[in-house]
Amino acid sequence: MDEQVRNAVLGAVPSLRAFAISLCGNVDRADDLVQETLLRALANIDSFQPGTNMSAWLFTILRNHFRSEYRKRRREVEDSDGHYAESLKSQPAQIGQVEFTEFREALAQLPPDQREALVLVGASGFSYEEAASICGCAVGTIKSRVNRARTRLAELMGIDSADEFGPDQATRAVLASGE
Amino acid sequence: MGQKPMESAQTNRGKKGDGKSAKLSREVQARLGQQLRAMYDDVVNQGVPERFTELLNRIDGNLNKDTQ
Repeated sequence: MDEQVRNAVLGAVPSLRAFAISLCGNVDRADDLVQETLLRALANIDSFQPGTNMSAWLFTILRNHFRSEYRKRRREVEDSDGHYAESLKSQPAQIGQVEFTEFREALAQLPPDQREALVLVGASGFSYEEAASICGCAVGTIKSRVNRARTRLAELMGIDSADEFGPDQATRAVLASGE
Repeated sequence: MGQKPMESAQTNRGKKGDGKSAKLSREVQARLGQQLRAMYDDVVNQGVPERFTELLNRIDGNLNKDTQ
């Protein structure tokens, strides 16, 4: 295959995996989803418009494939969090263990529409417009999903204001980084 | 700890789903964003697992065959 295509595809793999894990909550299934995405993409490479965003194109294929196939299976592996935790190489230094675990659990409880919007905009670095195109919906819909996702996350984590992060969290952060 | 601010998420729980949720403070949004990115980047930093480079090599090797 074209060297440029190959590099672009491989370059997108790390973030495709991160997105896939956030969708299906299980690393092995996420990797299968990425593999199926790459096979589909390369079989249909002629429909990719050169000069447009390869990453967004692959995200769209992955997301649609997940919607049509994987979501039917309804996250049947619900020990996903433990599995996910195992896959993590390191605990992010600036975030306490407890808080990080709470966050992952809260994220997993979000409705899928809200979770994918939040991840695309808040972590994958797509614009609202790109996220809307990936999800096949209006820009305003993405914005409202992201807002609702944030509010719901804060509720699930019992955070009503910045105070809740309090000195305890700050101390942990200092301890974690000051080692 | 202490008092919950007036604009707490709690005041909005009754009207879920109208898309006009209470505005979270900047600090809370920043903190949530930081955690989300930390989780995401942890996977990104694992790079490209071998199975995917192997997959592309296999596709390249089979280029003349049916790769679908």
